[in-house]
Amino acid sequence: MKEYCAATRTHGGRSTPDLSDMAEVEDTLKRIQAQHGVIGTIVVNGEGIPIRTTLDNSTSVQYAGLLHQLTMKARSAVRDIDPQNELTFLRIRSKKHEIMVAPDKEYLLIAIQNPSE
Amino acid sequence: MKDKSNADNLPKPEEAVASEPGHPEYIFPLVLTSVSQELFSCRADEDVTAENPHKLLKKQDIIQDLRHRAAVCDFSPVKQAVLDYPEDELLLVFDRDFTYGQSFYLVLTVQAKESILKPPAEGADEQMEDEEQQEEEEEMMMKTPEPQPWVSLGSEQEIQDQSLSESRPRLRYSVCPLGRRSGTRVRFSDRNALDWKEELVECSSYEDKSFSITRMERDSSTQTCRDNTHTCTQTLWKKPKNMWSQYEPREFSSEEKQHQLQSENLKNFITSVARRFEIYLQQNLIADVFCDDWTALCEDDASLMGKTETQLKEYQSFMDLHFSKEKTISHVQWHPSISGVIVVSMMERLSLEERIDSSTKLLLNPSHILFWSFSDPINPQLQLECPDDVLCFQFSPSDHNIIAGGCMNGQVVLWDISAHVDRLQDTRSGGKNILNKLGKSDATPVVRYCAVSGIENGHKAPITDIQWLPETFEVNKLGTPVENQSRTSVQLVTCAPDCCVLFWDLRAPRVMVHSLTDIKQKQEEKPLENPHGVPNTFTHLNLTWKPFIRVSLPKISSSGEYSPLKFSMRENTVDYNTGDKSVSGADSHVFAQLRMQSAKQQKPLQNISTKLYIATEDGELVYTDWKVEKDNDSGRMLSAKPLDVFLLQDTLLHTVSRSPFFRDIILTVGRFSFSIWREGLTCGPLLMSVYSKSMFSAGHWSRSRPAVLFMGREDGDVEVWDLLQNSRQPSHTQNISTAAISSIRTQTSSAKQNLLAVSDRLGTLHILQIPGSLRRSSSSERQNVEKYFEKEEERLQYFEKRQSDHQKKKKETEAEQQKKKTELVTPPKQEEEVDAETLKEYQQFLTLEKLILKDMNIQNETQQTCNTINTP
Repeated sequence: MKEYCAATRTHGGRSTPDLSDMAEVEDTLKRIQAQHGVIGTIVVNGEGIPIRTTLDNSTSVQYAGLLHQLTMKARSAVRDIDPQNELTFLRIRSKKHEIMVAPDKEYLLIAIQNPSE
Repeated sequence: MKDKSNADNLPKPEEAVASEPGHPEYIFPLVLTSVSQELFSCRADEDVTAENPHKLLKKQDIIQDLRHRAAVCDFSPVKQAVLDYPEDELLLVFDRDFTYGQSFYLVLTVQAKESILKPPAEGADEQMEDEEQQEEEEEMMMKTPEPQPWVSLGSEQEIQDQSLSESRPRLRYSVCPLGRRSGTRVRFSDRNALDWKEELVECSSYEDKSFSITRMERDSSTQTCRDNTHTCTQTLWKKPKNMWSQYEPREFSSEEKQHQLQSENLKNFITSVARRFEIYLQQNLIADVFCDDWTALCEDDASLMGKTETQLKEYQSFMDLHFSKEKTISHVQWHPSISGVIVVSMMERLSLEERIDSSTKLLLNPSHILFWSFSDPINPQLQLECPDDVLCFQFSPSDHNIIAGGCMNGQVVLWDISAHVDRLQDTRSGGKNILNKLGKSDATPVVRYCAVSGIENGHKAPITDIQWLPETFEVNKLGTPVENQSRTSVQLVTCAPDCCVLFWDLRAPRVMVHSLTDIKQKQEEKPLENPHGVPNTFTHLNLTWKPFIRVSLPKISSSGEYSPLKFSMRENTVDYNTGDKSVSGADSHVFAQLRMQSAKQQKPLQNISTKLYIATEDGELVYTDWKVEKDNDSGRMLSAKPLDVFLLQDTLLHTVSRSPFFRDIILTVGRFSFSIWREGLTCGPLLMSVYSKSMFSAGHWSRSRPAVLFMGREDGDVEVWDLLQNSRQPSHTQNISTAAISSIRTQTSSAKQNLLAVSDRLGTLHILQIPGSLRRSSSSERQNVEKYFEKEEERLQYFEKRQSDHQKKKKETEAEQQKKKTELVTPPKQEEEVDAETLKEYQQFLTLEKLILKDMNIQNETQQTCNTINTP
């Protein structure tokens, strides 16, 4: 699917949004959500505002705000220790759940999983 | 001018008298006697008259008179003034009107004399001159007034009158004792006033009432103040900081979200991250990284612990010297709410014959129920007086101050210990505080019973078991469970070897004859004294208490009845709405006020099991329903026949108890063995222990571990049976005392549940500590025990099935055999008949052969030859 999209791009800049891209994003997110034990997934932008979520509004806003700050802190901690290093993934294991955060320059992907039966 | 002003200034004599009581200095009032009047030729009303009051007297004459008569002379007071007078003549004025207080007055100054003599002459002139004066005065106004020398107008006299001056010179006294004037040296010494009280005369101050002044009026003032005040304080002003508050989180609108979702960056991000995510998500599912194997391991290991851990350590033992001699403990119960308090009922250790022999002595020594507390091992905390030996008792589950007991003579007794609960609770908390104990009285309080059932209405045999119905439901006259409006336990169930189970109600019966005489009587009875200090919670029941249901236990197969020793009810839970509070919530503990409900009000409840398991004297376990039915023929209430009877042993079964973990698992303990049953399973017990040499005397489930049982033996041993380990022998045996164990109880009130109460026939109560291994149950133990019981059940069912199959088969085989037998019985046929039959058959065969050959078109010659050969 990736190759196909690349091919379409070479034909010229697209002015209209590519629905296949969006479908791909949706697909991937659905796949993550469908994993066993996953309670919810949230896509957060650079300012901590959720873009797409499978949880209700208040919960996702809360998760987004808190984890955004925590990710910033973790990232700066890793950078302080070794400036050439960078944060790739953050996992917070608690008694009930595990929260996984994948950071990026602009975005944040959060998933909450209930690991044990 | 001066004269005029003087004349103006000079007040007229009449004015002076009117304004001032005194007289001016220049006027001296005189009394002239008639002698002096003649001498001076100023006789009143003759020489001097009102028109002509003035008389000029020569100074020399006055002086001469003074010399002659000295003190007697009338002029003696003015002697000095007369001598000082500059002129020769003095004016004497006849004062007819007594303006100065006397009939004559002497003018002492020349000026005054002249003015008095001249004023009439000047009177007319004055008026004219006044007008002129006024005109002149107007012109004079421009000049500043000059200060005039002060002229005394008589005010000095007033001042003098009002001012304080000494009227006499001060008196001075000098006091000295006689004889001391010699001047000897005086010696002073000290003396303590307190030592020489006799020589002291004290004048101490005292409140003299004549001087007490009551303030009738007092100056006071009030000041109002404002409601609002304006104040300010100085605050610590740190560096200013920007602050903001956010009320709502920032969110994107749906269009923005869509826009964002379609961005390419997002797509790249998601695709790059997704793989990582999936790996980690699956990782969690594969293995639980954070599981602690060590702790999970040790739970299963509990059974392998060493023997020392399983020892029951003696914690304390209670033996009362007064009350426990020659007595045995019949029933032990921990106090359900107060931890550390255990209740024991004492009973005489006599056989029936001995009881009859010493019945009079027994009457004099009433038996007691003792409350022991851990804080005081020597003295019991409370004693409950019983009418007779109490075999069993129970605390009411809804009110822990009410205790019901069953006596030797078949009576049911009620106690109310609300008055003494504080003492029990105090001992628990203040046990370490010795000072507190010294303050309290040492005598153990004795509480008399509140109410006793009537002897003729109760049991005819000693009551061996008593239990309260829980507060969730109550039972009506027919035995059907109905809703309990008051949410307190109001009903009791008792059983005795007189072959019946009785239900009692704590409330007053509904039907009461309310006549006027009755009411009056009641009112008169109220001021009756309460000599024993018994609380009147149950006075409505005293001596008139009757059971309302009588369940008899007719035998299933034969006539007669079962005689129960103990019974066990199923634990029933009822769901009530939480908002459904009882009508008389506040009065629920005043049992006299509660009334049994009418049949209409009662709401029947489903899901309540009304079945009882009863252990009898003859070793049977009876499973019956307590509901009674009305027999149409006789009109009496009859109870149904029991549903099931199991004959276990020939000796009596003395314990029936349900497992605290499983509602339908029942333990029955007899003399030689114990067994575990499942309710509803009629084939047999799930487990039956081996018959042992020494007899069991008590049995009890452990409350913390589902598989553990405590058994007491006749020789004083306590055995711990662990069903999961070994169901054939006890896992641990320990000897506690020399006498037989009469009962075992585990503590229910504290959460730790580590104490076991064991009582023996000698009257001693031992408290033992349960070791940790017997206390702590592993998480899977309950499941294991359930599985075990299920297995046993399956086994039983399998056996039953096998039995029934076997029976069937047996029947079938028997039937077959029967059939076979009937077949063999037919007589053997004779030979001739047999030959005839064989010939017939041969003939038939030949004909058949012919037909076939004909069909097959074989030559007749061969047929014939065959035929000829075959005939013999």
